[in-house]
Amino acid sequence: MTPHEAKGATQYTTYHPRWYRTRVSTYWWLGKWYYLKFVLRELSSIFVAYFVVITLLQIHSLSRGPEAYARFEERMRNPLMIALDAITFLFVLFHTITWFNLAPRAMVVRLGGKRVSEILIAGSNYVAWLVISASVAWFILR
Amino acid sequence: MATDAPKKLLEPFFWTLFSAGGVVAALLMPVHIFLFGLAFPLGWIRDLSHTRALALIEHPLVRIYLFVFCSLPLFHWAHRFRYTLYDGLQIKHLNEVITVFCYGGAIIGTALAGYLLLSLP
Repeated sequence: MTPHEAKGATQYTTYHPRWYRTRVSTYWWLGKWYYLKFVLRELSSIFVAYFVVITLLQIHSLSRGPEAYARFEERMRNPLMIALDAITFLFVLFHTITWFNLAPRAMVVRLGGKRVSEILIAGSNYVAWLVISASVAWFILR
Repeated sequence: MATDAPKKLLEPFFWTLFSAGGVVAALLMPVHIFLFGLAFPLGWIRDLSHTRALALIEHPLVRIYLFVFCSLPLFHWAHRFRYTLYDGLQIKHLNEVITVFCYGGAIIGTALAGYLLLSLP
């Protein structure tokens, strides 16, 4: 075989044999804490969307008058709703923590040619979170 | 190849919305859920009256805030939920339906938020 022919043989074609892939179980993420954490983090998005829906319902009832708003508040006092909101709170907290811990890897900050440490970036995110949460609570409750 | 072009343009756009929604949800949602989902319903803090709640929402900046609060996290959900179904449950044959359901839901939610906030007295 000449070198030219050998080169030709390794060229890509649109045809290839079927790849060998073992079938992955639907429950692949249950085996390891690391995988489970990943799936729980992704599932937190459902609770994020759920609370947006609650907020939209609240705005809607607000626009329909005092009786409608009282009905909304009454429904929020249902023990099942409170249980669901407690779970939602935990999932969204999980989202917040995983999001801030990943932030230093998604956003590399350099100051004076040196990489700012991960703890500093994550830490400043947590501080911002506390300040913003306190401000929002103050604005609503003042 | 030509049919791929819009897809390649949309992907980074949706990813930016996902990322912005992730930030909004991480920073703002816990305090909202704590107050409206737990503290008010359980009586830890006295409920907001209708008049007080309306007064709060009267300011245009609060409405813009609530619009962002509703819209961006929905796009965050759309992106994550799409890939959860795709990778987690391996529902790959329904890829198109799932994409339309997720981003369609986020777009409808955004429109609804805009409509509700604009039609408030």
